[in-house]
Amino acid sequence: MSKIILTAQNISKQYRLGVVGTGTLSHDLNRWWASVRGKDDPYLKIGAENDRSKKAETDYVWALRDINFDVHDGDVLGIIGKNGAGKSTLLKILSRVTSPTTGSIKTKGRIASLLEVGTGFHPELTGRENIYLNGAILGMTKAEIKVKEEEIIDFSGCAMYIDTPVKRYSSGMRVRLAFAVAAHLEPDILVVDEVLAVGDAEFQKKAIGKMKDISGNDGRTVLFVSHNMAAVKSLCTRGIVLENGTSTFEGTAEESVDYYLSKDLKNDNLPIKERTDRTGNGKVKLINASLINKNGSRIESVISGEFLRVQLNVKVYEEVKSKFIIGLAIFDSNEVLKSMIVTDEIDVDMNTYLKRGHINIDIPSFDLRGGNYYLRVVLSEGSTNKPDQLDNIDKALEINVLPGDLYGIGRQNRSYNCSILRCEIN
Amino acid sequence: MDHTKTSSQDSDWLYEIKAEKPLFDFNFKEIWRYRDLLILFVKRDIVTVYKQTVLGPLWFLIQPLFTSVIFTLVFNNVANIQTGTVPSFLFNLAGITAWTYFKECLTGTSGTFTKNAGIFGKVYFPRVIMPMSVTISNLLKLAIQLSIFTGFYIYFVASGKPISPNTNLFLFPVYVFIMGATGLGLGMILSAMTTKYRDFTVLIGFGVQLLMYISAVPFPMTEILEKKPEYFWVFKYNPLAQIIEGFRYMTLDTGLFTWWGFFYALGFSIVVFFIGLAIFNRTEKSFIDTV
Repeated sequence: MSKIILTAQNISKQYRLGVVGTGTLSHDLNRWWASVRGKDDPYLKIGAENDRSKKAETDYVWALRDINFDVHDGDVLGIIGKNGAGKSTLLKILSRVTSPTTGSIKTKGRIASLLEVGTGFHPELTGRENIYLNGAILGMTKAEIKVKEEEIIDFSGCAMYIDTPVKRYSSGMRVRLAFAVAAHLEPDILVVDEVLAVGDAEFQKKAIGKMKDISGNDGRTVLFVSHNMAAVKSLCTRGIVLENGTSTFEGTAEESVDYYLSKDLKNDNLPIKERTDRTGNGKVKLINASLINKNGSRIESVISGEFLRVQLNVKVYEEVKSKFIIGLAIFDSNEVLKSMIVTDEIDVDMNTYLKRGHINIDIPSFDLRGGNYYLRVVLSEGSTNKPDQLDNIDKALEINVLPGDLYGIGRQNRSYNCSILRCEIN
Repeated sequence: MDHTKTSSQDSDWLYEIKAEKPLFDFNFKEIWRYRDLLILFVKRDIVTVYKQTVLGPLWFLIQPLFTSVIFTLVFNNVANIQTGTVPSFLFNLAGITAWTYFKECLTGTSGTFTKNAGIFGKVYFPRVIMPMSVTISNLLKLAIQLSIFTGFYIYFVASGKPISPNTNLFLFPVYVFIMGATGLGLGMILSAMTTKYRDFTVLIGFGVQLLMYISAVPFPMTEILEKKPEYFWVFKYNPLAQIIEGFRYMTLDTGLFTWWGFFYALGFSIVVFFIGLAIFNRTEKSFIDTV
């Protein structure tokens, strides 16, 4: 194992809720009075867990609570979590934009952060002048920028406009130029927020390629925050999952993404076996249905284009004599049928699986675009006609599909409630 | 937890990010690393102010000239304030040139955190670079304004006015330092306060206006001593009045100059500068949460 380049110990960050007004003045005075008497900040003891949906009971909230992690030299660490889990706060602390309320981060390398591309761009300055200004803001010296100037201009693809004020640029050009500067940073540790979600397809491919270069070939240490699970999987070597301000999982990037997806569960529905909103003659009943990834763990969200196993548990109340058939129908939230699987189209003896009590339906590549879908499960014997149905349960499962990258260009496919077709262009 | 165990073994950390910070954390090495940024900010400030204006840098000259003309009209011609043997216009121009530098440093730095929240919220560099760049770019503006002051000075000398600088002129760099340090120091204190309580933004707006009048910019301190001696202490203990008066004394050989006043202003500027720096340092580490 390579040496530790950065270590975070007990990082916490407290925020005050509400607006700044006279109330904050009195709190400030209390705090000041406490420090005069040599006591601890009285407001550090309170503070709610970072959970947006709950009603606030105190004026303070812990955006981060006791985060610990180590980063080794050459690691590409993905930080994942839902909106508001504390990812951005952690990045802000790492990039020294704000300081933690408690705890410390020690580092052996210089950190450069890319929380946004084009920070400090001045619209009146030309592209070239902005390369220097932006580069210097990001921590490069003039000499370093000079060496890379041509390379940056080349990478941005804005050579023609480089001596024109940036205010005349299209927004796309501005982003390209900004990313070009950022991509040529050479810090020991690079902290990146989701800046990849910018620019057109050609440029995104370039950007992803550059990211891979930085992390893979150059062996640079990168901390990467993203909602793009496909990008995290392909770029990162390790991952941590943040949830409500605490770190709940640490492992390889793959494991972390899987963990994150499996935690994305919504358990507000009744278990299937207790549901009464079902039709069918009831000789066989579905008692459980779950989605499973290729590592065999339960998930609620699947990335478009990845392996998906639908596991059904059934209970037989009366023996099924004719051919047992399972129908899976996938609907979108508008109850429009999007895809289906019916086992009588497949040459397989379903009745033996029925006796076993559970049936796995493996889909090697789940080719639906990002969106929310519902699974209807129909169990029947002989035919799929209504009288022959054993059990018919609508919305047995919700399938949350995250957009993937089916064509491997480093960019998410569009989210639509429909399928995505694999193809080859020639 | 094994995190603490592994990390305590080796101690050659480059730096540490934590909650507490020493009072004076003026990291010269780091600022030196970012010297190019300082230069680029200065350049940006100078170049971009009057972009897309017809008169361009001429505006640096027009502001003090017109203010001097108005002051001469109002204070010297209408209110009949006497400036002795010195032409009133030149007297006002001297006061305004010195005052403008202080004022620009103060107002320029007082908005450091609020104006740059966008950049500060996204990237780290030594925050003190920002107010430093303001002070330096104002220094260049001061140079331009001094050149016009010198131009008129020569004109008035050539037209036979009995004016000359005195030996105090060698203190010129010290005066520039005092003005800059006072403006920067006060500006940093105010910048820290405006981040949380915007009341101070309003206060600075009219406070600077009022401050100009009690700093003896449009009239000599002797005028106060003659007409309202009971208020003289306001000017005596106002370091800014001492600076303005001292500036006019060395360039035009007019007004009250005491070494006490000079050292008082110098001491004040140094104290204010360090207080400002300490408060600025305290604020910079987490202002982004309250701005």
